Amino acid sequence: MWKFIVRRIIITLPQILLLSLFVFLLAQLMPGDALTGLVDPNLDPAQIALQRERLGLNNPWYVQYYDWITSALQGDLGQSFRYKMDVTDIIAQRLVNTFWLSLLTLIFTYMIAIPLGITSGRFNDTFRDQMIVGYTYVGFATPLFIFALLLLWLLGFNFGWFPTGGSVQPGLTPGTLDYVLSKLHHLILPALSMALITTVSTVQYLRSEIIDTKQKEFILTARAKGASESRVYNRHIFRNSLLPIAALFGFEITGLIGGTVFIERIYSYPGMGLLLLESISQRDYSVVVAVVLLFGIASIIGALLSDIILSLVDPRIRIK
Amino acid sequence: MNDKLLEIRNLKTSFRIRDDYYAAVDDVSLNVNKNEVLAIVGESGSGKSALAFSIMGLHNRAKMEGSINFKGTNLVGLAPGKINKIRGKEMSMIFQDPLTALNPLMTIEEQIGEVIYLHNKAISNRDKKAKVIELLDQVGIPHAKYVCDQYPHELSGGMRQRVIIAIAIANSPELLIADEPTTALDVTIQAQILDLIRDLKQKMDAGIILITHDLGVVAEMADRVAVMYAGEIVEIAEVNTLFEQPRHPYTRSLLNSVPNSDEKQDKLHVIQGIVPALQNLPREGCRFKTRIPWIAESTHEDHPELHEIAPNHFVRCSCYEHFYFPDETEVENSGLS
Amino acid sequence: MAFLEINDLHVHFPIKGGILNRTIDSVKAVNGVSFQVEQGKTYGLVGESGSGKTTTGRAIIGLNEITSGQVIFEGNDLAATENKKLDVKRDVQMIFQDPYSSLNPKKRVLDIVAEPLRNYEKLSRSQEVERVADLLEKVGLSPESIFKYPHEFSGGQRQRIGIARAIALKPKLIIADEPVSALDVSVQAQVLNFMREIQKELNLTYLFISHDLGIVKHMSDRIGIMYKGRFVEEGDTEDIFSNPQHIYTKRLVAAIPDINPKNRDAQKKFREEVQLEYQKDYGRYFDEKGLAFNLRNISQTHLAALPEIGVVE
Repeated sequence: MWKFIVRRIIITLPQILLLSLFVFLLAQLMPGDALTGLVDPNLDPAQIALQRERLGLNNPWYVQYYDWITSALQGDLGQSFRYKMDVTDIIAQRLVNTFWLSLLTLIFTYMIAIPLGITSGRFNDTFRDQMIVGYTYVGFATPLFIFALLLLWLLGFNFGWFPTGGSVQPGLTPGTLDYVLSKLHHLILPALSMALITTVSTVQYLRSEIIDTKQKEFILTARAKGASESRVYNRHIFRNSLLPIAALFGFEITGLIGGTVFIERIYSYPGMGLLLLESISQRDYSVVVAVVLLFGIASIIGALLSDIILSLVDPRIRIK
Repeated sequence: MNDKLLEIRNLKTSFRIRDDYYAAVDDVSLNVNKNEVLAIVGESGSGKSALAFSIMGLHNRAKMEGSINFKGTNLVGLAPGKINKIRGKEMSMIFQDPLTALNPLMTIEEQIGEVIYLHNKAISNRDKKAKVIELLDQVGIPHAKYVCDQYPHELSGGMRQRVIIAIAIANSPELLIADEPTTALDVTIQAQILDLIRDLKQKMDAGIILITHDLGVVAEMADRVAVMYAGEIVEIAEVNTLFEQPRHPYTRSLLNSVPNSDEKQDKLHVIQGIVPALQNLPREGCRFKTRIPWIAESTHEDHPELHEIAPNHFVRCSCYEHFYFPDETEVENSGLS
Repeated sequence: MAFLEINDLHVHFPIKGGILNRTIDSVKAVNGVSFQVEQGKTYGLVGESGSGKTTTGRAIIGLNEITSGQVIFEGNDLAATENKKLDVKRDVQMIFQDPYSSLNPKKRVLDIVAEPLRNYEKLSRSQEVERVADLLEKVGLSPESIFKYPHEFSGGQRQRIGIARAIALKPKLIIADEPVSALDVSVQAQVLNFMREIQKELNLTYLFISHDLGIVKHMSDRIGIMYKGRFVEEGDTEDIFSNPQHIYTKRLVAAIPDINPKNRDAQKKFREEVQLEYQKDYGRYFDEKGLAFNLRNISQTHLAALPEIGVVE
């Protein structure tokens, strides 16, 4: 099995390399370069050209790529011209916020999906099931940003139960209990609104897995052994249906990235998604490139995680 | 010999299709004795598997009428808690397809251990494991200790079928139902599995219901044979009687459509038409009537009954007395081929 | 020259492994198989799962890549690269095992049966309908069925649709891979009878692949027994059943359930004898690599993979 994992990781490396090249070339295609925003437009064009030469901006693209990737590997992703800070530092702050948001969203997603999927699959075609399936259809049909706005308006502005922006109440000392609670308080609404929408695919997947497994012949074997209905479900059906869900875990990460971009914007939550949108509108290229690269890497690692999880939990793959 | 283990009376199992119920097993009565193999033969759609599942109580949404008397308990309508005490212990089942009848995510030990544990919750893990190994030995699986920790996909079809048999015999059941136990297996493996079932019958003094479409398997294994067509038993007899003096037109046709190993026939007998789908089963009169159109209408009974034409030899409907195989021209004229 | 001649056919499947997923070994599914089929006859290819019988059939029609060896059909080597483009698909057709999955459920019978016609012949719409109706009549289905879908037919009827498709281009050779294994006994009889009828009518040659010795015996003129990718015995049907030579053939023949319950004890005894011989002598019938020996003539028509004389006393 370790062979499988090692091979899988080895495949990941060229994927990331290719991704970085792609992101770099896209950035090159964008109008302007690192100097466009940095220098005084009144400077002598000849001076600027000299600067360009000095910074290597006239080098062929592969030389520039090489310079960029080697410094990126050492943790230097360049400077943000808007914040006048290292991109690495900006991202480090935002990454933590997005991490907590994603984690809470994932927890909510599974807290909703597992009970609903199990109920729906076990009692399929009953009233309960129809209600749950109805919810999933609504979830599929509702765009995330509209739903998030609705919740924000309802629970944030109208009832005032949750803050409507930011990641923490200003003026609290980091490390105190109040600070942590405030952070959590700011997280709940964005995480919940994202989870309520993204969970529906997991609910449906789990439902159809369970309905599928229910009809497998080994379920008959279990019944013929004299196992009670609850044991048949707990021991045979749920266990076998949850494994594919576990394997999807990695891919959830990819879904989360798309979601956070909307959610962070709507709740003005200072995370990676908001950073991306801001940098794009302000042409802060070095930040855009870095964020896109990180998002891409997260997706690749998500897929890697899925494969590894599946290989760990499924004996049919474990052997190889 | 007449040690009745299972007594089925007027069993009717119906399935709901849209808004109506259709009987897949229709008014079946039969007995199974200890240390006896009763073979139930029929083609797909005959209701033979539905009958087996009815006995085991494995139909989830079927309507069941009549009675299945197993050692003094009527299994029809029995509460789930009670039937679960019987299933897997006093009565168990061997399934057809060894590739799908085992849980792919559980080890062999877990799967055999489960049936032991379910009927003896006090058993220690050590005793359970010892018992699993003993069972694996008994069904002829080499390296039992090693196989314990393997998963189903690591075993061949024949080995998996042995595991399924081990599950079925784990608690020494008195009644064993084998639903096409060798259909999915190669012929040399089939011979081994049949030998195994035969041995177990003798050792455990169990009654066995063997469900199969393979007349060769019946000839090798059965003591008595019941032939099913369209949900009904059409003939039931001792095995030698059934093969030497088959009486019902369906039994005779079936025997004639198998390539005979002794003589080289040019043409096999073909039963005209097809087995009707459950919704279209004829419910009135002789159900086999439409497939032997050259036999006069008047020879059939209006309400065909099983007649005991010789001791322990029952045949349904009076048409058997007038049945003959058609020559080519008659087939042409009937326009059904 | 034989109608179909297979010479030293090998079909190997690579096993990938290691971190770089390179080919580390291969499964020798067909490992040196030679036989000849006469025109108008039925050649039965028998073996258990994993014996390579299906792979052999698929290799002949080009569904599996041939590793080495010759497949000479009417004088042309189908395995040779320069003949790869040779159009024999018209003349060689296949009937598949499962009538439920081998017909596309979304296509009408007309489209299913006409598919080979569309590939090879340019027919007008009305000509095509006429041809398909003819073919269906030939396989005993009413011409009205052309606008129906596969699910409206029973298993036996579907297998006939499969046969109608296979004979649409008037092939010379039909490779039938377990054509009746998925069917009920009475329907089996129907399809087998029918296959014999059209064989006479169209002078077809069958390569009949099956694990069921009873059916193979009924259908075949000549039989080859395969075991682990090689032939262990080959002969006329009579030779194989009345005078099996190789221990594996004996075991196979002994394993067939006898349909007469009176023979039960005799059959059991025979089986026990063979089993004893099998346990005692199995090793002698295979070389040090566990492969069956090359076939040697026992009589004019009968060959078996027995060791050199003197090895078995």
